Amino acid sequence: MAAQPAGTAPAKSGLWAWINKRLPVSEFIEEQLTGYYAPKNFNIWYFFGSLALLVLVLQLVTGIFLTMFYKVGEATSFDSVEYIMREVRFGWLIRYLHSSGASAFFIVVYLHMFRALLYGSYKKPRELLWLFGMLVYLALMAEAFMGYVLPWGNMSFWGAQVIVNLFGTIPGIGPGLVEWIRGDYGIADATLNRFFALHVVALPLGLLLLVALHLVALRRTGSNNPDGIEIKEKLGADGKPLDGIPFHPYYTVKDVVGVGVFFVLFAIVVFFVPTFGGLFLEGPNFEPANPLSTPEHIAPVWYFTPFYAILRAVPNQRMGALLMLLAVVSFLFLPWLDRSPVKSMRYRGPLSRIALTLFAIAFVALGYLGLQPAEGLYVILARIFAVIYFAYFWLMPWYSKIDSVKPVPERVVYHAH
Amino acid sequence: MADHAAVADGDIDLDRRKFLTKATAATGAVGAVFAVVPFIESWAPSERARAQGAPVELDLAKIDPGQMATTVWRKQPIYVVRRTPDMVARIEGHNADLKDPQSTQSDQPAYARNDQRSRTSEFLVLVGTCTHLGCLPKQRFAAGELYASWPGGFFCPCHGSRFDLAGRVFNGSPASINLRVPPYSYPNPRTLLIGADEKGAA
Repeated sequence: MAAQPAGTAPAKSGLWAWINKRLPVSEFIEEQLTGYYAPKNFNIWYFFGSLALLVLVLQLVTGIFLTMFYKVGEATSFDSVEYIMREVRFGWLIRYLHSSGASAFFIVVYLHMFRALLYGSYKKPRELLWLFGMLVYLALMAEAFMGYVLPWGNMSFWGAQVIVNLFGTIPGIGPGLVEWIRGDYGIADATLNRFFALHVVALPLGLLLLVALHLVALRRTGSNNPDGIEIKEKLGADGKPLDGIPFHPYYTVKDVVGVGVFFVLFAIVVFFVPTFGGLFLEGPNFEPANPLSTPEHIAPVWYFTPFYAILRAVPNQRMGALLMLLAVVSFLFLPWLDRSPVKSMRYRGPLSRIALTLFAIAFVALGYLGLQPAEGLYVILARIFAVIYFAYFWLMPWYSKIDSVKPVPERVVYHAH
Repeated sequence: MADHAAVADGDIDLDRRKFLTKATAATGAVGAVFAVVPFIESWAPSERARAQGAPVELDLAKIDPGQMATTVWRKQPIYVVRRTPDMVARIEGHNADLKDPQSTQSDQPAYARNDQRSRTSEFLVLVGTCTHLGCLPKQRFAAGELYASWPGGFFCPCHGSRFDLAGRVFNGSPASINLRVPPYSYPNPRTLLIGADEKGAA
């Protein structure tokens, strides 16, 4: 016990010691927070990981309360959501927190992912960290899609129809697979019921497990930083990274500031623009599901529209579905597509910088085009941006290799404030 | 205890032990696969869904020439069009503009694999969901309704797929196959039975 670091030494007697003899609480705090060293040069891009965790908790809590009032079923789902909105005390708030939380989740996750592209955080030795993060993203997409079906509005119904039918494009097993997913000969009560089960039990459990693995993998490699330098390679006399600071209290305090800013912006959305002009909650979803009436334009919620634009840009339906799938899974291959000797964009040459800029523009543009009707100029633009989108990934082995690089400094660039 | 001590380390048959371990693991794996089957199977349409998916009848005398009736079979809208001789004539002459004029790639019973995609030229029976992504194509039966050379047919408002008066898809549509034809038969001349034909119920 003599070698305990100052400040964390467990008391030798009392309740705290009694607990720690039976449960490694102080060891856990030491290992995960006060003794976990993160690079000292984090910038604003490093807020979004902890914010994603915050939104996950928000979704779990609001989701649990929604299930207390929601009644799953073809005949009851739509009415019970209206009941929550009009009659449950503060039901409107709980539901708007949950529906806005879904969009907030994707905003912070997209910014979190862009940070990884910007500073090469997916590169060796963080490949598994990146893969677990991408699996979180995939599970999140499934979670969001199924959650969108639950209010059983007309866009819920037709969104489910379009997405489930994508599986029908698989050669051979497609039609049988679609029938199996739906549990009926059309999107029906059986489909709604199983999506509810997946949305509230199976996928949240999976998400929590994947988030845990993401964090465990992060603890093994440590965080990357804006300079893309491994801080573990420069240790001080005490064996701690010279460019690292303990996660707690330094970054917990910093993250609290991020949480404050986030809640201000989030509250503005929840209280003043919960539908966000049809982007967060779509107009046609305020009508009950009607299998005999298609909404004028079927468009998914904004966070899926980049992929939806790619789907519609392709004249052949099977190819469209395949390219949409490829657009999502291309991210998984990034650690092996990137041949640059440096991680951070700070020390990369013009080719990588232009490629990332064009990709970001293409992603946003495809997101816009996915909300527009698939006709005329919109389709042509979607094709152009889809080519740019895929070029970012699949030309990367080439441009990242021949690109010029600047010398990477020995230590992180840091100016005390 | 004495029995244990009698077995010296060198006498343990490691190959036998490895074989038994692997055999146990393999048996367990097979059992696990079988145990998954009921859970997978539970997602298939239930007995109730199957019963509700039974064939449906439609009284053909209620459809006027040139009109379309919509009924529901297996939660899918079924379009029944009573084509006039003029509409039948407008099915011809644009095969070059079609993706699958002979319906070789498309989904229909053998008796509907013809130019008119039907048993008789008068009645067209289609599953009214777009073969692209399942939206409901709208009727645009008048010639020239969409553009000057439009021969009449169906237009899907979601992603712009176009089909002729036999449900065959035009080039330039995101859908790649013709509208589906369900199995159907005529138990008597004025009754249409959707979902059952000579081969029995679908």
